[in-house]
Amino acid sequence: MTSKTKSADKLLFTSADWDFDTLKVTYDAIEDIALNELKLDVYPNQVEVITSEQMLDAYSSIGMPLMYHHWSFGKRFVRDDVMYRKGYQGLAYEIVINSNPCISYVMEENTIVMQALVMAHAAFGHNHFFKNNYLFKQWTDADGILDYLQFAKSYIAKCEDRYGFDAVERILDAAHALMDQGVNRYSRPEKPNLAAELQRERERAKYEDETYNDLWRTLPQTDQGDQDMDELKRKMRVEERRAQFGLPEENLLYFLEKNAPSLQAWEREILRIVRNIGQYFYPQKQTKMMNEGCACYVHYAIMNSLYDKGLISEGAMMEFIDYHSRVVFQAEYDDQRYSGFNPYALGFAMMQDIHRICVDPTEEDHQWFPDIAGNNAPVETLKEAWAHYRDESFILQFLSPKLMRDMRMFMIDDINSSPHLEVAAIHDDNGYRKVRRSLARMHDISVREPDMQVVDVDIRGNRQLYIQHTEHEGIRLEKTEAEMTLGYIGQLWGYGVTLQAVDYESGEILHEVNYTPEDLAN
Amino acid sequence: MLYIVDRRKNPTGKSLGNRQRFMRRAKAQIKKAVESTIRSRGITDITSGDQITIPGKTLKEPGFHHQGRGGNRNYVLPGNKKFVQGDRIARPQGGDSGAGGSQASPDGEGEDEFQFTLTRDEFLDIFFEDLELPDLLKKSLKQTTAFRTARAGFSVEGTPSNLSLVRTMRNSLARRIGLRRPKTAEVRELEEKISALQAKAEQRPNGKLTKTDEDTLHTLLADLEEAKRRMKAIAFIDPIDTRYNQFQKFPDPNTQAVMFCLMDVSGSMSEQMKELAKRFFMLLHLFLHRKYEHVEVVFIRHTSRAAEVDEETFFYSRETGGTIVSSALEEMKKVLLDRYPTDQWNIYAAQASDGDNYSNDGAKCTTLLAEDLLPKCQYYAYIEITDEREAEIFAAAEGETALWKAYAPIAKVNPRFALKRVTKAADIFPVFRELFAKNRAEAGR
Repeated sequence: MTSKTKSADKLLFTSADWDFDTLKVTYDAIEDIALNELKLDVYPNQVEVITSEQMLDAYSSIGMPLMYHHWSFGKRFVRDDVMYRKGYQGLAYEIVINSNPCISYVMEENTIVMQALVMAHAAFGHNHFFKNNYLFKQWTDADGILDYLQFAKSYIAKCEDRYGFDAVERILDAAHALMDQGVNRYSRPEKPNLAAELQRERERAKYEDETYNDLWRTLPQTDQGDQDMDELKRKMRVEERRAQFGLPEENLLYFLEKNAPSLQAWEREILRIVRNIGQYFYPQKQTKMMNEGCACYVHYAIMNSLYDKGLISEGAMMEFIDYHSRVVFQAEYDDQRYSGFNPYALGFAMMQDIHRICVDPTEEDHQWFPDIAGNNAPVETLKEAWAHYRDESFILQFLSPKLMRDMRMFMIDDINSSPHLEVAAIHDDNGYRKVRRSLARMHDISVREPDMQVVDVDIRGNRQLYIQHTEHEGIRLEKTEAEMTLGYIGQLWGYGVTLQAVDYESGEILHEVNYTPEDLAN
Repeated sequence: MLYIVDRRKNPTGKSLGNRQRFMRRAKAQIKKAVESTIRSRGITDITSGDQITIPGKTLKEPGFHHQGRGGNRNYVLPGNKKFVQGDRIARPQGGDSGAGGSQASPDGEGEDEFQFTLTRDEFLDIFFEDLELPDLLKKSLKQTTAFRTARAGFSVEGTPSNLSLVRTMRNSLARRIGLRRPKTAEVRELEEKISALQAKAEQRPNGKLTKTDEDTLHTLLADLEEAKRRMKAIAFIDPIDTRYNQFQKFPDPNTQAVMFCLMDVSGSMSEQMKELAKRFFMLLHLFLHRKYEHVEVVFIRHTSRAAEVDEETFFYSRETGGTIVSSALEEMKKVLLDRYPTDQWNIYAAQASDGDNYSNDGAKCTTLLAEDLLPKCQYYAYIEITDEREAEIFAAAEGETALWKAYAPIAKVNPRFALKRVTKAADIFPVFRELFAKNRAEAGR
């Protein structure tokens, strides 16, 4: 750190304690840097001071200030509570909500340096990301979320009053089990066009007529022809049915909400609530690393700027660096503390690296990133990236060889049939692209989460519901959980359910679990 | 634009509803955990809340997830030190913790044990669910119950000593304002004005006022009359204003209880049997603690002689010698007379024994129990701890021990006395429940 002399009268604060005045003064200084130097684009901010107990509360109801009641939130609460009291786990320093105004929570126990860090991180970093990233723009409604949660909470409370805890809990349990499958991932698939299907079938029949060779009749007689006809009819019925239900449907909750025969209106509404909340969080799941990277980059830039301007003391800067380096710490794979990539660490490192490529590129950077290397517009470049990418595509686009070397990344092939793991690539010329592709895939939520679809309903028969898991690379579903979840689907559907695993390559059915209504009754 | 909002004063415990739902959900597991906790604690040491551990599996929130291993996959790890492309690594054994971030469960949650702290109330509620003092005990409790008085709002009638001045005056004031009763100050003002005018008249030569003053005086006099009339008509304090503090009597149960633990410690009582007895006593203590603010425990052990001892000696030392049960009953009687007058103490006793007794002692026990002890006790429970093998024999042959033979007739006639057999730890709780069940009489002893 440079040893500039600081005149004490310029400092925003001199002791570790904070009061509302220092908070305001500090916020104003941070805002000045965020808006005028970094030119961030943010929702209005609301900073709320809360106690650690309130932080625990908020933490356990998936970070939202308002949430309906459910036992699973209580479970999270008692676990966090124990961890916190025993000192195994610190509390999150901050919680920030994607809403307009953007609400950030700060804890009263924090020092003023921590409050400054949190405000820079959440009120400007996350806030900017929420407001500008395309996924959030497309999928979330920052203006309406708090009202919606308020509605959801009181609606579910009313249902508990009217229909009892148990009935509501049953629906919520089932809905939560399907929350990950309750989002629309892509634009809706085109509805199969029945007329076109029939036309195609007719043409095929005509072709068969034209190429009909009477000689075939001389072959030993079978009822093959009839079978073909039956098969054709059956297929047409299936297509008709699928069109009627809008199948295949990847949003299981949506399908059940609209089509489960025996659900009450209030039960459908609860499914809808859980589905909407799942959808609201879906962009966050896809941009965790970028979002944290953006917030860390912003708080780092702001705190350094405060220091450079002589607004905070060296002591405060030291304190900040201590927090900061703990947040962006990445344990190596053979470290006890390792539990995967730390999204804060990877995100921050990538942002800093892009900054470097923009202002101080090497020859290698020019080759890899001709568009941005040396453009001397680091913040603009980053803002572009924050707006238009998600974790997976961001890594694929921006992970540099230098960062792979710095973090000493390597890629493992884990092939089921092999007794060994194999190092498929490391941080060298041969490996960069492979490592990058693999890391990007790890951040692709459509790869991480199983590909589930409702494919058919036996509407004329016993109303059996068919759900397919498309199995990529032989990676199966966790069996016990899948069966429990299937049980929940059966409860909502009210009739039998079949889960089929289909191989992605060949399309053949690999295995199948059947639930009859009798199974579900137990 | 910044809004800073101080939310610290907001009610905390937003998660309370969630916590209660969680407890409801995990009830069976929590109950099991609570029961096992009790085994490892001292008798008087189980009334605090407790850290309990329940299996995480039972609170699983399932979903469709990929299996942790299997299939063909690849992943990236940080911190390579020595690997080059093509290196082979033996698969890590056990668990898939090393398998990289992509397999970590979405909320970082494993299936391991789930640990949390029960509050004292939660702990006891779970423990004493469905248990209450037998109805008959409540009746006998009522007879000895003292009453305490507590405020219970206000009433419109009562004794003058209970008059609530503040309430009464508040009502009176409201009524006076409502009915526009003139204030004393207003009347005095009128009177002063009148006397001023009258004084003015006396000063004048003809002793008469001017025409205007004359008119004013008339108006004033009329006003005064009206005011006085109103004052008379509208009382300063009306009976409808009065309010009296009301007190109600609340039953105030004796807030102290003493529990006698009697046990045969002669050679025939094995460590295991003592362990069973301990669990029973613990339950009893916990149970009493729930009802009374202050519970004392008296430990009396006996062989052929009896003595009062501390808990340590009671459970962990072993004597040899004959068995004379009546000696323990005598000791209890002595302690009772010395230290625990019946009008101040709720007295409970539990006796644990393997049922052996000196053959001529039975009659003495019966007499002591029926005539001296039971009239003083709220409840006296006898649990007979027997060997599992013996239990089988008894079950087959309807065999009875000496003590059982002596006690059984008392149980038939005296509802304050109950006896039960216990053979293994699992019996303790059910037996205790049965002894203290809500409707013991109906359940049949």
